[in-house]
Order: sequence, then C-alpha cells, then structure tokens
Amino acid sequence: MSIPGEYYLILAAILFGIGAVGLVIRRNVLIMFMCVELMLNAANLTFVTFARMLHDIGGQAAVFFVLVVAAAEVVVGLGIVVSIFRRRSTAVADDISSMKG
Amino acid sequence: MISLLATTPAIPDLIVFAAGTAMILVGALGVVTSRNPVHAALSLVLTLFGIAVLFIEQQADFLAAVQVVVYAGAIVVLFLFVIMFLGVDRNEDIDAEPLAGQRAMGFIIVVFAVGAIIALGAEAHWVVGPHSVSGLPGGPYQNVSNLGRSVFTTYLFAFEATAALLVIAVVGAVVLARRSGAANAELPEGNPEDEQVAS
Repeated sequence: MSIPGEYYLILAAILFGIGAVGLVIRRNVLIMFMCVELMLNAANLTFVTFARMLHDIGGQAAVFFVLVVAAAEVVVGLGIVVSIFRRRSTAVADDISSMKG
Repeated sequence: MISLLATTPAIPDLIVFAAGTAMILVGALGVVTSRNPVHAALSLVLTLFGIAVLFIEQQADFLAAVQVVVYAGAIVVLFLFVIMFLGVDRNEDIDAEPLAGQRAMGFIIVVFAVGAIIALGAEAHWVVGPHSVSGLPGGPYQNVSNLGRSVFTTYLFAFEATAALLVIAVVGAVVLARRSGAANAELPEGNPEDEQVAS
C-alpha cells in the first residue's frame, strides 16, 4: 500500500506556509524570490498528488506548465533585480520605496 | 482524512516519503533562515531534490527528471549567478526587525492560513469528479509517453502559448538587463554598431 495522498497534501501545505513566511519576513529580494519558488513547488506537489489520486495525467501536465512559467518568471524577475541593483545598488526590498504614496 | 488511519503504508514507501519530507523541510527552513544568500540557494537545491524524490514516489518520472534538470540545474544556477554578479554574497543582519511585529504577525497569519487549509481539506469531500479525463498517469515505463500524448493533444494550445511566453520572457530580460544607451556612450570603447546589435 503506497503512501496516502493526504500525507503529501499536508506536507505541501506546510511547505507553502514556510515559503509564505519567508516571503513576508525576509527583505532580501533574491531570498524572497527563492521563497516564491518554494510556494510554486508546494503547488506542484499538490498537483502531482491529485494526479495520482484521480488517476489523471492532467495534474502532471499542469506541473509541466508551472515549470515553464516558473523559469520565465525567474528570468524576468532576476532581470528586474539586476536592473534595480544597477541604479540603486541595493537588493533590499525596503530600500526600493520611491513609488511609495 | 479517514483513510489516514485506515491504511498502513508499506515500510519502503514510508522510508522514501520520510527521507523526501526531511529534505524538503530542512531545505525550506534553510532558505528562510540563512543569513547568506548563497547558503539559501543551496538549501533550495535540497528542497527541490526532495520534491523530485516525492515525484518519483508518486510515479511522475518525467517530472522528477525535469525538476532536477530545470529547477536544481538551471534556475538555481541562475540565482547563484545573479548573487555572485551583484556581489551580495555577504552575511546579512537578519536579527534587526525594521518593522516592529512584522515577523510575529506574518508567522501568526501564515500558521492560521495553513491550519485553515488543512482543516478544510479534512472536512471537505475532496477528490471528487470523473477520473482519468485526460488520460491515465500510466504504470511503469508509461509515464513519459502518456504525459507527452496529453501535452501534445489535450493541452496543445497551452503548450504553444508557453512557447510564446518563453520568447517574451527572454526578450523582456534582455531589454531589462542590458545597459541603457546613455551608459554605453560614456564608455570609451562604446561602439554604435554594438548598440544596434544589442537593441
């Protein structure tokens, strides 16, 4: 008997929570990005778990597309980080506040 | 959630699951708590490998391979490259809390949200609906062919859209990260023909 899907879903929820906490409490832009990756991976784990529970390949196809979007997101996000760093010489999110109302 | 107690997993499965879980949680906590961004990126690799282990445990063979190649290979290397390129690979003071109560509030809210998700999952009648709408995940040696058939038939339009997305992302990254024309003109070896190629 393989592992029940509930175990994976609880693990994915905890991983998502860790990523969300990191996104909220850390101020380094790069580490905030890594926390977004953690949350994306938690979602991927949930997709694969449901694909197994429902005997449906659709969940795995969704993970495939999430991987592509994550790669594109990282490329654009790091481009923005490099561009900001060139102007402001900072990678701390709190220092980039010139558009603050 | 009743099946949580009703079924007893086999010992090898349990060992693999425990190992994957330990890798994921240790890596994730490492990402959140490490002072050095390089250490955070290496902890991220540990988490991504743990996810790949659990993918294999759930017969998602192709996705496990892609997870290692794309995430642990390409994306983390890109992170490390940017960390080194910007020179922010120094220890960061994470003891100081710029906004009073930010960490406590964030922690409480997220714990509440995760608890709510798990409680809702335990209460709700989830995993409903018709099974195997877009094909079976496949038994041994069937995963790659089934996933390929699904992606290139049912999800063909989405697949084409991701191609467009990748092109847009690459062009956007080049536009964002290249030096501006004014910055190039100040350089003594700034060549107007290079500028044409770059744009």
